[in-house]
Amino acid sequence: MSGGKGAKMAGGRGTRLFIVPMAMVAVLFVAIPLCYVLVISFMTRGDNSTVQAIFTAENYRRLLDPNYARVFLNSMLLALWTTLLALLLGYPFGYCMARANRRWRALLMLLVIVPFWTNALVRLYGWKILLQANGPVNTVLRALGLIDQPLRMLGSYGSVLLAMVYCLIPFMILPCHSAVDKMDWSCVEAARDLGAKPWYAFLTVTLPLTLPGISAGCVLVFVPSLGLFFVSDLMGGSLMLVGNLIRDQLLKSRDWPFGAALSMLLMAVTVLIFGLYRRSGGKDLGVF
Amino acid sequence: MKKRRKIFSPVYMTLLLIAMYLPIVMVVIYSFNAGRTIGAWQGFTTMWYDRLLQNALMGDALKNSLVLAAWSVALAGVIGTLGAIGMAKSHFRGKGALETLSTLPMMIPEIILGMAYLVIFSAVGIPLGMPTLVVTHMTFCVPYVYINVSSRLVGMDPSVEEAARDLGAGPWRVLLDITLPLVAPAVASGMLLALAMSLDDVIISFFVTGATTTTLPLKVYTGLRNGGTPEINALCTLLLGAVFVLVSLAQLWQARQRRRQARDREQANRNQPDRA
Amino acid sequence: MEEVILSLKGIEKSFGEGDVLACIDLDVRKGEFVTLLGSSGCGKTTTLRIIAGLETPDAGRVVLNGQDVTDLSPERRNVNTVFQNYALFPHMNVEKNVAYGLRVRGVSKAETRERVAQMLRLVQMENFAKRMPSQLSGGQRQRIAIARALCCNPALLLLDEPLGALDLQLRRQMQVELKRLQEKLGITFIYITHDQEEALGMSDRIAVMRDGRFEQIGTPQDIFERPATRYVAQFIGQSTLLDAQVESAADGVATLSCPDGQMRVSLARGALRPGEEATVCVRNERMRASASPVEGFTLAGTVNLNRYAAGALMTHVTLPSGLDVAAVAAGGLEDAPAVGSRAYLYWDPAQASVVGGASHVRG
Repeated sequence: MSGGKGAKMAGGRGTRLFIVPMAMVAVLFVAIPLCYVLVISFMTRGDNSTVQAIFTAENYRRLLDPNYARVFLNSMLLALWTTLLALLLGYPFGYCMARANRRWRALLMLLVIVPFWTNALVRLYGWKILLQANGPVNTVLRALGLIDQPLRMLGSYGSVLLAMVYCLIPFMILPCHSAVDKMDWSCVEAARDLGAKPWYAFLTVTLPLTLPGISAGCVLVFVPSLGLFFVSDLMGGSLMLVGNLIRDQLLKSRDWPFGAALSMLLMAVTVLIFGLYRRSGGKDLGVF
Repeated sequence: MKKRRKIFSPVYMTLLLIAMYLPIVMVVIYSFNAGRTIGAWQGFTTMWYDRLLQNALMGDALKNSLVLAAWSVALAGVIGTLGAIGMAKSHFRGKGALETLSTLPMMIPEIILGMAYLVIFSAVGIPLGMPTLVVTHMTFCVPYVYINVSSRLVGMDPSVEEAARDLGAGPWRVLLDITLPLVAPAVASGMLLALAMSLDDVIISFFVTGATTTTLPLKVYTGLRNGGTPEINALCTLLLGAVFVLVSLAQLWQARQRRRQARDREQANRNQPDRA
Repeated sequence: MEEVILSLKGIEKSFGEGDVLACIDLDVRKGEFVTLLGSSGCGKTTTLRIIAGLETPDAGRVVLNGQDVTDLSPERRNVNTVFQNYALFPHMNVEKNVAYGLRVRGVSKAETRERVAQMLRLVQMENFAKRMPSQLSGGQRQRIAIARALCCNPALLLLDEPLGALDLQLRRQMQVELKRLQEKLGITFIYITHDQEEALGMSDRIAVMRDGRFEQIGTPQDIFERPATRYVAQFIGQSTLLDAQVESAADGVATLSCPDGQMRVSLARGALRPGEEATVCVRNERMRASASPVEGFTLAGTVNLNRYAAGALMTHVTLPSGLDVAAVAAGGLEDAPAVGSRAYLYWDPAQASVVGGASHVRG
């Protein structure tokens, strides 16, 4: 009944060979490039985007430079705010969606998925149009007489944050929705039956039971938000994020070892977050 | 409370959906704007669409994007499906490590891999262009197929395969007759997701594209960085239309599947009393 | 009937921690209906999977029709299985499911069609040939799984709790149908169940399993009347076990005593010699409770509960040792001993059994 299962079912021993192409891809195009980045992060910069094989820890020391440390801190803060906002906005949506009746739910799902499949650039572009100096938002505000000078919204911290949340909120809504959907609703009914007020039942039953969805959503929002360098770019912000810094090290200042060190730092943060997620009993992400 | 939720939930959902769709609607509206810049509204025109269709560079970018997506998704489909089946059927040391490594591209911020590719390709001396694009896109597409197929295999009742063995089918026969047909929907949805990711990718493409090869998202990115033009608006609108049609079709298909399942269940329940 | 079709010789199997099977020996004769009976985790499914070839034993041989098939893969054995959850191929309709075994063997289309139609008639499902498995009820899926397994005319049909997922009424109906089918086709069945009633009602022989060993192998009557071990006595039906010492044995009846009192058991139920220790097993439905003492029995206790059970009144009596015994009230429904009153337990000495009294473990 248990154990030994499947080992000799479909495909026999030959199936073991099926792994070879994937293993090759994983080694050649994931492991080796990442290891190479790790190696050059300990090397010295050469002339014109070359790398000199001289060992140094200088690149990592430079990360402590207040200027760079600030960029890193800014990125983390932005990612944190993005996650928090996405959670506050996305969880109720996922919750309501799971509680809606069947016909509505299919339509809502479609409405959430379309942006998810749409190019992020296109959607950001829409915000750019909305928020520009002579765009619809300013026009409406002026027509209402609320302002007399157009507001400079583009390039502000708020606009970058808005764009980030906007890009990533589907990644919060979908796992939250599926967590609420999978939850056994009779647990909430039992809590109500035992005298819990609706809010109390929500806090003591629904929220703990849907926590896996919440934590999955947070990871799925937080991690990509660390790397989305084009959001700040497109919103016209002067906000420097880790992503922008890495790109500039690669393409502008051509200091590859330092760029590599930055990447490794980003990687370390990512691994840390996934480690914490797994530790807290999180399941595989990816399909929700 | 019940009443309040009935009011709160539709209002809240409508507001959030408006916020999600308003920008998209804006892109569509402004693609018909007669003005040269994306500034104020200056009247209706379809001129930008004509221009877009005549723009040979746009055509190239579109072609590149499609060729790139087709190759990388097809390769990822084969590699990911085989990998998932192989992993499900065998046990060896380091299996967990291999799985983590294979799905890593999906987990870590894209910029890390993007920079890694740029650095290693130039170190090894591989010229950037379509081949590097295909290889890198394939790499980040594999996890989407792999994870979808794996989770289908985990949910699959192993006794179905055993039943085929028991009825006389050899291992390869079982693979062809039973396993592959049963994971086919998962392969399809994994590849669809991978397709979306490939067509959407800016960051990795940005680092590994050559001087002469550009993809549609990259074109949009450079266009937008330079302030955006109505032509880009028109392009975006066309992309939106395509996505909307595709997603709607996929959803309709899924809804039909669900309805059929419900009907089957109903029929099965009806069968219960009148035993043949 | 005497030809041995399958023998298991010293089968052992373990999955990492602990033995699942320890030295399983079993001979199954042609046309026999053998049931492996045991609670979950006792190794009965593993035994079946070893016979089917879905698991390889760590030690021992599987001999089928005189041929050693221990290392043969499942598709090369003329053995088919009805799986616990049916394992119908969800992407094939009923007809294709049933035909699969023939298709794999390359049987011609015309022959396949005929054979499939025949099989569907056999399980009375001929009107469902084009249905998908998802469109069938549990009982119908069950029939298709049986038709599919029988289609290739196996020497041996293995059934892994085939009725486990059905409701009680349907299960009873299918039990009779399966038994008829087996007698009609003359195919050897090896049947797994944890339901002792099912096992007793269908089998020619039952092998009671526990912790990867056979506790007893015998006919249903053997198992019921002459349990070889305490475990079998407790597992089959509901009964009371009393540990007692034989005081005397004469005139075909032995008198035994235990701290709660005296009792009698027919010597036909076991060779009891004075001075021996013995465990007496009395089925609940054969245990009687009376308001007055009965000759030869001095087991007296206090009535703690009367409950109605299918036509009789079950009286629960607490003996001085604290043992709770369920018995049928001797006087009928009207004059049953009241709760709190004194009751005397007795039985027909010929109907009590002595655990292990006659060793019946044989292959």
